[in-house]
Amino acid sequence: MRTDVFFIIWLAVGAALYSWAVNFGNDYLFFAGYVVLQYVVLATAWNILGGYCGYVNFGSAAFFALGAYSTVAIHKFHPLPIPFLVLFGGVASGVVGFGMGYLTLRLRGAFFSIATLALAVVLETLVVNWDYVGGSRGAYIVRPENIWPFGAYIKYLFLVMLVLAICAITVARLIERSRLGYGFATVRDDELAAEASGVPTLRLKLIATTISGGLMGMAGAPFPYYIGYLQPSSAFGLDYAVNSIAMPLIGGTTGWVGPLIGAILLGSLQQIATVTISSAVNLLIVGCLLVAFVIVAPSGIIGLFRKYMPRKPAALIVRAVKKDASGAAPGAAP
Amino acid sequence: MVFSFDLLINAIVSGILIGGFYAAVTSGISLSFGILDIVNIAHPAFIILGSYVVYYINAQLGLDPILIAIIMTPAFYALGALIYQVYYVSFEKRGQEALRGLAFFFGLLFITEVLLVLYFGVDYRYVEARYIGPTLHFGYLDIPLRILVPFIVSLVMIAVLELILTRTFIGRAIMAVSQDQFALKLLAIDPVRIKRIAFGISIATASLAGAFLIIIQPVEPSVGRQYIGRVFAICVLGGMGSLPGTVIAAMLVGVVESLTSTFYGPSWAPAVSFGFLLLTLAVRPAGLMGR
Repeated sequence: MRTDVFFIIWLAVGAALYSWAVNFGNDYLFFAGYVVLQYVVLATAWNILGGYCGYVNFGSAAFFALGAYSTVAIHKFHPLPIPFLVLFGGVASGVVGFGMGYLTLRLRGAFFSIATLALAVVLETLVVNWDYVGGSRGAYIVRPENIWPFGAYIKYLFLVMLVLAICAITVARLIERSRLGYGFATVRDDELAAEASGVPTLRLKLIATTISGGLMGMAGAPFPYYIGYLQPSSAFGLDYAVNSIAMPLIGGTTGWVGPLIGAILLGSLQQIATVTISSAVNLLIVGCLLVAFVIVAPSGIIGLFRKYMPRKPAALIVRAVKKDASGAAPGAAP
Repeated sequence: MVFSFDLLINAIVSGILIGGFYAAVTSGISLSFGILDIVNIAHPAFIILGSYVVYYINAQLGLDPILIAIIMTPAFYALGALIYQVYYVSFEKRGQEALRGLAFFFGLLFITEVLLVLYFGVDYRYVEARYIGPTLHFGYLDIPLRILVPFIVSLVMIAVLELILTRTFIGRAIMAVSQDQFALKLLAIDPVRIKRIAFGISIATASLAGAFLIIIQPVEPSVGRQYIGRVFAICVLGGMGSLPGTVIAAMLVGVVESLTSTFYGPSWAPAVSFGFLLLTLAVRPAGLMGR
């Protein structure tokens, strides 16, 4: 399937989803759906570096918060429409991702992962000390009650996140099927061999880090409008980091479908668990699922699906024909 | 600058003392990450677990925190050996430690923290001991005993670890396993067993480090996260797997952090270790005493 066709199909699916949600008649659906879609973007973004290149980013929360705080900073200076803020958030996070990647990606993968962990701590320190964006007290963003032509503002935010999620999935799929994606796969499977055969591994890794970081920043940019009151501890919450790792690993890391499935399943599960049980317990569920999946089902849900579902019909036919041919007398096969 | 001279001396001394504690926190990482090449990012969570075990027993029986920690080391050793076994079977054997092994430890970090929150809540907890409270005075130098005692015990612990690593058979085997596993097999030593022992020891140090932590400051479940960047920065700066290097790096980080928080405010201190980490990785990835 060509990418533009893929994109248009998803836009149609998105439009159907949106009109269904509007007709559902309950605004809570938008609040819950926004979070799930936000996780779709984060998980897809994480997977571009983690799943395709094999480099683990623990700092999703840092990139996400960077996007959110760039929105706060711009909003304080001069309020802009959200699509612009998304763009700025993406650029800011992409630049930071590039810079950190440049410093640490030349070393073994573990160093990059550790640096991303530490990045979250440092960015939080910077934000806490930066009074312009509210410091440790947090910042209020007053969102308008309504916006034309969507009605309630949350519907607009939901739509922005929906479009962003569709773009993220399309980008992931585009990468997967391009030269870039094959390059990423060589880095993941055997970096030394790739480097030896002339693959520019550092450049590829930097591209992946920048795209991945940028998408995470984009996911974070509308967040201050969603939450209304942005605190460092909520923007840098560990649940973003753990979710954006858990979702692709539970879904399956090899393609764009895995993070999508993981995010929808885990995101909805958490929305339900937060309402019915408690938010601490739902994080415990995510942690346990993550550990269980990496131990028992390393290829995620997609892997389980492939293992237990029958093969493709074509493969079955080929096998049947081979069986016939070997069973029949030589020369008798048509 | 007369007014700040005693501040400066106090900051440096308390930095060195805290550095000794950081060295104890990092020694476990030096073993697991530096020598065994296992990126155990859950280590700080085990340290917090150690703190809570010490807190619980101290509150129930009133025993000395460090004594409790020493008594609990076998339990932590067993926990570490168990975790290594799971890690080995699920990831190392299949060659998946880079991505899924890391995620596994991240999951452990998360589960430990959430379980502690669910069981103990997010209140700060502290322990009772005779040396918590009094302060020694030397002229204008103040040394709180609650920092001095962990400092001394940390250094003793690291000295014992270094002796084990360099003088005993098991210790030398641990050093060897980081260099050539295959050669170890030729000597009829099971590298997996050696690594299991080493990882057990690394988690056992978390019990003691946890006791030091809760003696120095009140603890709540998410405190461990502040130590992740710090311990890895110290480990890398010291030169992976070198215990003397770890001690020097820990004191260096301790002093710089202490100076930063004295002269620029404590809210900037967490950025110090990250600065060190990035600088080390960019300039000299082998660390101070790297091989």
